[in-house]
Amino acid sequence: MNRTKGAIRMRARALIHVAVFLSVGALATSALAASADDFKMALAKAEAANKQAADIKNQWTTTGQAIAAAKKAADAGKFDEAVAHAQQAEALANGSVAQAKEQEKLWPDAVIR
Amino acid sequence: MLRKVLFAVALVAGTVQPLLADNAVNPQADFKAFRKYFTERFPKLPLNDFVNGPYSMDEGLRKQWQAKEEFPPYDFALDKGKEMFAKPFKNGKTYADCFPNKGIGVRQMYPMFDAKSGEVITLDIAINECRQVNGEAPLDYLKDDMASLTAYMAFTSRGKPMDIKILNDPRALAAYKKGEEYFYTRRGQFNMSCASCHVQNPGNHIRTEMLAPALGIMNALPIYRSEWGSMGSTSRRLTTCNSQIRGVPLKPEAEEYRDVEYFLSYMANGLPISGPGARP
Amino acid sequence: MASTIRVRAIASGDTTEVQSLIQHPMDSGFVKDAKGEVIPPHHIEVVQFEHGGKTVFTALWGPAVSKDPYLKFSFKGGKKGDDLKVSWVDNKGASDSLTAKIQ
Repeated sequence: MNRTKGAIRMRARALIHVAVFLSVGALATSALAASADDFKMALAKAEAANKQAADIKNQWTTTGQAIAAAKKAADAGKFDEAVAHAQQAEALANGSVAQAKEQEKLWPDAVIR
Repeated sequence: MLRKVLFAVALVAGTVQPLLADNAVNPQADFKAFRKYFTERFPKLPLNDFVNGPYSMDEGLRKQWQAKEEFPPYDFALDKGKEMFAKPFKNGKTYADCFPNKGIGVRQMYPMFDAKSGEVITLDIAINECRQVNGEAPLDYLKDDMASLTAYMAFTSRGKPMDIKILNDPRALAAYKKGEEYFYTRRGQFNMSCASCHVQNPGNHIRTEMLAPALGIMNALPIYRSEWGSMGSTSRRLTTCNSQIRGVPLKPEAEEYRDVEYFLSYMANGLPISGPGARP
Repeated sequence: MASTIRVRAIASGDTTEVQSLIQHPMDSGFVKDAKGEVIPPHHIEVVQFEHGGKTVFTALWGPAVSKDPYLKFSFKGGKKGDDLKVSWVDNKGASDSLTAKIQ
């Protein structure tokens, strides 16, 4: 009937912990759960970067494979996975573009003279 | 005052000069340096032997190859190529009507720079041009028929020295330079250039394969690869090289491929045609 | 139709060295095509070489032998001008044979 101040405080603390845990948990799960829209955005970025690579004739085979994997995962509703693949594809495509730009300057150093 | 101006001009010219020299194309100088690099790296190897690729690099491989050459795996493709070469087109003409010397013993002149179109023409392109002029459908650059036909034409040139002309035409020099650029540029996710394997590592292994030297590497084409179990054209080899380093290949006989063939064939001038070749 | 068999036999002293190249797909039955479907096994099962009415060499082949197989062996006997008969049978029952002169 009469709760001690300590007991009330402990209960309050426990409730606060639960609230914090739940809100953190909610944040965490919303950060992990990618949506179809998230995938569309990630894919668009990957495809744009890969097109850049195509324009300078320096695409990597693994970029296309990552895009295909992204689409396949998205078709199965696995948007987290799909976004991860799409982001990987974007990174690969950007790598291939950077490689071409770098090599334009560096190739003469390799020539046997 | 004049001296100051002249000095200023000389200073500018002095700074511009080296830039021009770096960008100037000098195939003859490149040729000498290229040859020197390989002959110094393999001092005991007779010059003409470079065209045998991995077999010039390893005695065990060479013995197996010599045994097979008595009954080479490309025999069937060669016979098919001979038949194809002799068979007239629907209009009665033959390949002999398109090529100098009736198409016999001419492979070593390709690729050649065509002044009219301003393009490098490889043997495979010349074959399809011949077909087109005579109302026939072109052959697929990646498939067996082109490989068989070029195998026969290479066979008729066996032993003849590679004879590529870099014309004193800025477009030919530009094509040569683009070929050189392609050869030394890193590409693919594995970040390798043609030179990574064929200049830096001839005689070394990449996985289980022994690498051929770049000097004379075009001379054995087209090749029967045991890996493929069939004859493969130059386009087949170049496109698969690209994908093997995780680079998306260009279209067969794309400008870059023709240019690199031009560059590499010129580097092999004087070395004998050894095609059609057999490779692991 | 041209024979699938090429053979060269050279007599030297009391030995004859034989080389042959046979055109055959030698599909193992383990390889899939571009569509992902298994290419059915289609390979030579028996190769035989006969000289003077006797079998001088028999090979029992299977999935492990590659396309367009090359074969080399020597046998005692045989002289220039003799006949050497080569024949093969595959798992589909197809066959071919060729008689060549020892050189």
